[in-house]
Amino acid sequence: MSRAEIVDSADAAVAGIEDGSTVLVGGFGLAGMPFDLIDALIRQGAKDLTIVSNNAGNGDVGLAALLAAGRVRKVLCSFPRQADSWVFDDLYRAGKIELEVVPQGNLAERMRAAGAGIGAFYCPTAVGTPLAEGKEVREIDGRTYLLEYPIKGDYALIAAHAADTLGNLVYRKTARNFGPVMATAATTTIVQVDKVVEPGTLDPEAVVTPSIYVDRVVQVTARQYTVQGAR
Amino acid sequence: MTTYAGVPTGADHRLSMDELAAVIARDIPAGSFVNLGIGQPTKIADHLPADSGVVLHTENGMLNMGPKAEGDAIDPDLTNAGKVPVTELPGAAYFHHADSFAMMRGGHLDVCVLGAYQVAFNGDLANWHTGRPDDIPAVGGAMDLAIGAKDVYVMMTLFTRTGEPKLVPRCAYPLTGLGCVSRVYTDHAVFDVGPGGVRIRETYGVGARELTERLGLTPS
Repeated sequence: MSRAEIVDSADAAVAGIEDGSTVLVGGFGLAGMPFDLIDALIRQGAKDLTIVSNNAGNGDVGLAALLAAGRVRKVLCSFPRQADSWVFDDLYRAGKIELEVVPQGNLAERMRAAGAGIGAFYCPTAVGTPLAEGKEVREIDGRTYLLEYPIKGDYALIAAHAADTLGNLVYRKTARNFGPVMATAATTTIVQVDKVVEPGTLDPEAVVTPSIYVDRVVQVTARQYTVQGAR
Repeated sequence: MTTYAGVPTGADHRLSMDELAAVIARDIPAGSFVNLGIGQPTKIADHLPADSGVVLHTENGMLNMGPKAEGDAIDPDLTNAGKVPVTELPGAAYFHHADSFAMMRGGHLDVCVLGAYQVAFNGDLANWHTGRPDDIPAVGGAMDLAIGAKDVYVMMTLFTRTGEPKLVPRCAYPLTGLGCVSRVYTDHAVFDVGPGGVRIRETYGVGARELTERLGLTPS
């Protein structure tokens, strides 16, 4: 279906996510983390998931809770190790989860490429480092680049501030982070918002994610988790 | 090539990290777009003069980031790259991650300041992974910043707790970027590094000749 669907519950929003799916999960630490969608995904039960997210969980909530529930086979992220990433750390050290570390900008740009129909791109990040291993190298105008492939999701779970009933999204402050890019890069994009408004309410000039990228929207009660990943 | 004749002595004692942050703030050109990474370099913001016109970039998606938020000003939707709650200054702008990193990679960011495990004389940087088998690697935006900002400064102690130099002929730790660092700010001295080798710019409570010997630099 091309038009976004406004659903009544987070459980309805995540219905049908299959075992083995690649799920893009928004948020930078806890800012922009789609807590309600993740909790619903835990109840829904999909397993063997590959999660693409900046971090690998903070504290015991959100992504950390999904990891603790044993549903995740592999994590692609830029920064797993933090002061409060004990859930991931224990799983990783026990060999129970696979990790692919991706530089933060490459993580974003590889998803952008997936959403924009780019087959691959040459990027200067990580040249000469261990993360360049196995990547095609090319010199262009005297600078060295690595070939990077898109990261496409079966699903994206993101949080935005508000949606209209068509699915246009606006975000709030740095909670925007990966949301707009992930929304473009998944087959099915599922969004939790603090409020759903009528079309014409959002300033069209201020819409960040146009409705064409959005499939399901659910309104949730805002949770004000205190940031705790500081290091 | 190393030069130390006439190196100015900036202080008669080894600098604290706060004093070092003030030295770096002094050297950041007015009006620059600057990224201060996470951890120690974020202290530099406290020493920028109010009229510096420096605009702080935080890679999680903001320009003109303000100081750390306290009390009622804490907003879970507004943090810096270290996930510390911060504030916004007039003229702030928010953007998504792909745009934020395009700002670095595209050469729009003037200066970034990073911590480091080691920096090589030629400007190679190692700051993301110790390489120990039990260590969980975490790169964040370090590799993107290292190749992106026009000038990459490092802020670190010059020696490890056991007295080993961290400014080295060749990095032993896994690299973050090749030849990307232009200047190294340490508690004992400030150095220019790069293809031309190391040049001591300023020392704090130690002679340039002694430093040259301890680091194994080639006297000019």
